Amino acid sequence: MNALEIVAFSAVMVLGVLVVLCREPVRQSLVNGIFGMALVVLFMVLQAPDVALSEIVVSTVAFPLILLATIARTRDRQRP
Amino acid sequence: MTAGAPGTAVPIRRRDDHRAGPDDRPRQSTGGRQLRVAVFGAAAVVLGGFLLWALTGLPSFGDFHGEYGRLLNRVGVAQRRASNVVGAIVFDYRGFDTLGEEFILFSSVMGVAFILRGSLRIKDQSPLDPGGNDSLRVVGTLGAPVVLLLGLWLAAYGYVTPGGGFQGGVAVASAGALLWVSTTYRDYHRLTPPRLFDAIEGFGASAYVLIGLVGLGLSGAYLANFLPLGTPGTLASAGSIGLLNWAAALEVGAANFLLFREFFQEYIQTFPGVEQE
Repeated sequence: MNALEIVAFSAVMVLGVLVVLCREPVRQSLVNGIFGMALVVLFMVLQAPDVALSEIVVSTVAFPLILLATIARTRDRQRP
Repeated sequence: MTAGAPGTAVPIRRRDDHRAGPDDRPRQSTGGRQLRVAVFGAAAVVLGGFLLWALTGLPSFGDFHGEYGRLLNRVGVAQRRASNVVGAIVFDYRGFDTLGEEFILFSSVMGVAFILRGSLRIKDQSPLDPGGNDSLRVVGTLGAPVVLLLGLWLAAYGYVTPGGGFQGGVAVASAGALLWVSTTYRDYHRLTPPRLFDAIEGFGASAYVLIGLVGLGLSGAYLANFLPLGTPGTLASAGSIGLLNWAAALEVGAANFLLFREFFQEYIQTFPGVEQE
């Protein structure tokens, strides 16, 4: 394992734990997006650009978007 | 508690007006907690031990045992003339799996639409959408065409360079999302008629099936190549992989677009001026 791979793996590890530790849903969805970007870097470092491209669009756009819309909708119901 | 800014519409009445704060939760008894910690400790030691044992038996980092992958890397470009071997695997060697994946996406988006669509009735199609602030609008309107172009490029060169119909399709749908944050609901509704995207999604999914059937008729196997293979590294390469790639791009792009749309509709329901059925 070279230095770049160690950095990428460590970033994934640290950010993955941060996603779990984050308890506020909006903040958590943003941290999850950053975690996704760390995965993108890891996939690029491991020479899987096709997977990295899928991960970019899914983790930074599609997933947070759906999460945020759902949070906005359910929050509105809870707090009149 | 502060009310909405003056000038905004009357807030919608909620049926469930009771509040559930964090203080209302029943308190855990300390005895139950100790028991659970003990059970967790025992399970963690046993399962952790097994996990460590399994990890010591793993092949070392970078030790690749996939002979099939090696083989395809060797013969892929020569056989299919696709310089992105991943693209050749997705749309040719494993083309039938991609058909299945496409229909997973197709049916899940249909499921979301069945559940979420039609629960919204908007007065004069104009809920009081603030439409974001100026900086958001600038970033959105500048970013949307760039992301759209990027998505089309990813889809078009899917079998030449990394990318493909799936990645390109989702990127194109993200351009739609940027458009959403930079315009009001009414403009977005006018720019993107859902019926058009329903049609594109169905067209993409059925085109994939039909291209496969053409391969069955002309070349003797489902999804087999029936076009001239061309020169690797150019757009005119990889035979019918190019067509399948575009079919997937249309299906995935429209599917994600419709998916986003359903969730935007849910978000819209939190705006004043929206009536629920």
